[in-house]
Amino acid sequence: MARRTAVVLIVAAAMLLAATGGFAQDEEFVFGMVLVGPRNDHGWSEAHYTAGQYVEQQVPGARMVFFESLNPADAPETTLEQVVEEMLAEGAKVIFTTSDEFEEDTLFVAQKYPDTIFINVSGDDALTGEAPANLSNIMGNMELGKQIAGCAAALATETGKLGYLGPLINFETRRLAASVYLGARYCYEHYRGGNPDDLSMTVTWIGFWFNIPGVTLDPTEETQRFFDGGADVVISGIDTTEALVVAGQRAAEGAKVWAIPYDYEGACAGAPAVCLGVPYFNWGPAYVQVVEAVKNGTYEQFWHWNPPYFEDISDNDKTAVGWVNGDALTEEQAAQLDEFIAMLAETDPGVLTADNIDDEGKQIGLWVGPLALQDGTVLAEEGEIVPPRSVWYLEQLLQGMTGDSSAQ
Amino acid sequence: MTRSSLLGQRALALGIGMASIAVSLLLTALIILAVGASPLEVFNKVTEGIGLTPTGLDMVRFSGVVNFWIPLMFVCTGLLVTFTAGLWNIGVEGQMMFGAVCATWVAQEVFLPTVVQVPLEMLAAALGGAFWAALTGLLKTRGGVHEIFGGVAMNNLANIFSIYLISGPWGNQGGQATPPFRQETLLLPMSSEFRVSAVALILMAVVFGGIFLALSGTRWGLELKAQGHSQRSALLLGVPVERNVLLAMALCGFMAGLAGSVRVLFTYGNLRPLVSGGIGFLGLLVVLLTGTRALWAPPIAFFFAAILGGSTRLKIALQLDQSLAGVVQGILVLMVILANGVRGRLRGRHPAQAPEPSASLEAEEAAIHG
Repeated sequence: MARRTAVVLIVAAAMLLAATGGFAQDEEFVFGMVLVGPRNDHGWSEAHYTAGQYVEQQVPGARMVFFESLNPADAPETTLEQVVEEMLAEGAKVIFTTSDEFEEDTLFVAQKYPDTIFINVSGDDALTGEAPANLSNIMGNMELGKQIAGCAAALATETGKLGYLGPLINFETRRLAASVYLGARYCYEHYRGGNPDDLSMTVTWIGFWFNIPGVTLDPTEETQRFFDGGADVVISGIDTTEALVVAGQRAAEGAKVWAIPYDYEGACAGAPAVCLGVPYFNWGPAYVQVVEAVKNGTYEQFWHWNPPYFEDISDNDKTAVGWVNGDALTEEQAAQLDEFIAMLAETDPGVLTADNIDDEGKQIGLWVGPLALQDGTVLAEEGEIVPPRSVWYLEQLLQGMTGDSSAQ
Repeated sequence: MTRSSLLGQRALALGIGMASIAVSLLLTALIILAVGASPLEVFNKVTEGIGLTPTGLDMVRFSGVVNFWIPLMFVCTGLLVTFTAGLWNIGVEGQMMFGAVCATWVAQEVFLPTVVQVPLEMLAAALGGAFWAALTGLLKTRGGVHEIFGGVAMNNLANIFSIYLISGPWGNQGGQATPPFRQETLLLPMSSEFRVSAVALILMAVVFGGIFLALSGTRWGLELKAQGHSQRSALLLGVPVERNVLLAMALCGFMAGLAGSVRVLFTYGNLRPLVSGGIGFLGLLVVLLTGTRALWAPPIAFFFAAILGGSTRLKIALQLDQSLAGVVQGILVLMVILANGVRGRLRGRHPAQAPEPSASLEAEEAAIHG
């Protein structure tokens, strides 16, 4: 009798567990990750790949399928359409296309496969209204991260000359370079007691996101040129770490120079002694949100420009844009930088979306007048906030910066 | 040579060929095992990627292979001409790129009915490629610059020029590519299943056939072969070497331009940086393997296209490193070259059947200008 009772109890417990999901197997949920560069580039693509691994850890049953280095030079035999079709054959329900290079092709495949969700990183099709409902965009508000980078550069410089190693010229790269300049001017004035007009920043566009021998300018040579010309901090806006490597070599020869890499949290590792810090993208939390929404059937189209989590900017479970102090930053400089970040936090615009990007009062840190574009056109009068949409679609570099605003 | 010794040599060649393939497969299998994957599964995924499935041919995947094969064959066809003439046309990538730029210009600036528009775009690309190649030819014949150095420089110039256009005057605000071309300017697929451009496929077959006949059955083809073996001797025999150098280069550029047009008018539907994608260099490899035996070019090019095309499926399904397909390709090429060497050694004569491009160049050029 006791044995029968025990069996009944066990069966009942089993049924209860099954009903509450205790025995339920997590169903596999496949998502695709299309990378423009190699997954171990210590830069842009690695940040996305790492985020994909984060999704696998955070979302039960999630499995990533990825394709790296999808570009005409590295994978001439295939196109985004073919890659997407192979991912669909693997069962992918949502596909992240992680470059603005994929913007047009993502629009095409999204129209062709309306039952699959596509997330194009850094694009604006969901903002302009061109995108079908199954296509959304994510970008991190790196403009805030770049202001921190600019501040760090200004805190360290002894010559008052900064070099910015830019990729190609477009809205994104212009607004990022300009954000560095704003951060640098502010900190040069407020923490160094200098005249911000005495601080110079030269932007050199190498022509592409990374070095292509014989085609782009060589980022190693351009960094050398910056240092030879009297700059002592080079801030990188490209996908790779040449600026940091050259600064490391110069420092080993006795020069007092520094660098600030970009994109990837671990980028300082190449030459930690000269690294002032790195602004990095942390895509994981946003990707988890998307995968969960698609999995639960709650996905709705969006355009998100995600801010740093200012309460703890390096909390990788929460922030979209992070900052890590480098070894080269002194304690005093680190304290000043913390103060600067706290100041930025006061104007935290939150998540900017297609619905609120034009709201009054949305401010991206130091994007406040008086500001003028390179040709003298007024961008904002004294005290006027530059609307986030005008920052996103920045037409020129800012007045005071040296460098081309367009390739023409 | 007696009939039996000829048969013996053929059997020997076949045996060595089979052995080289067997060694290649073995080495490939070992590498796959070393990275922790199953060679059988890799083979299955590659064949699936090509479109060969247990239930029949998957036309969508198969068309991916054909679409890579078409521009590769245009390039190979052109390179057969320069190779026969003893020229290393390294500049073929730039010729593709410049052809793509010219096709883009017509696609963006000219507005005509499709039946006129598309042929005009392809013609512009072909002429652009021919012009770009002729410049390298002129640098060689008039400036004494070897076509390898001239070609490398012209490749870089074409790439820089295209990136300038993309990020500047032709830019799409983002600077990554030109805006998508209008539908009526594009080469269109035959069907939603077999996504191959009939125009490109037929044109490729026609130009390959034409060049094959010209090289094997005309006096001009014979002249090219003669100067491929020795420019000096050809010159002494009355072959117009300089004219032929320019003509061969321009013809190769013409084909490369067509390849470039297929890349922008079909594969991508706009102009992007580095749209030539190394197809020109792959074409050089194919022609290096075939030598002047033109009929081998289509199957060897198809084989390369299949390995690369199949690797897309391989990478996604097994998440293997993307360079694996390149490693497999490299092993195969190495083995074929080794096999050629072994065969030549066993025959007791020099292994190279192909002419040696530009041997003793200075002497020949001195003779040309002489």
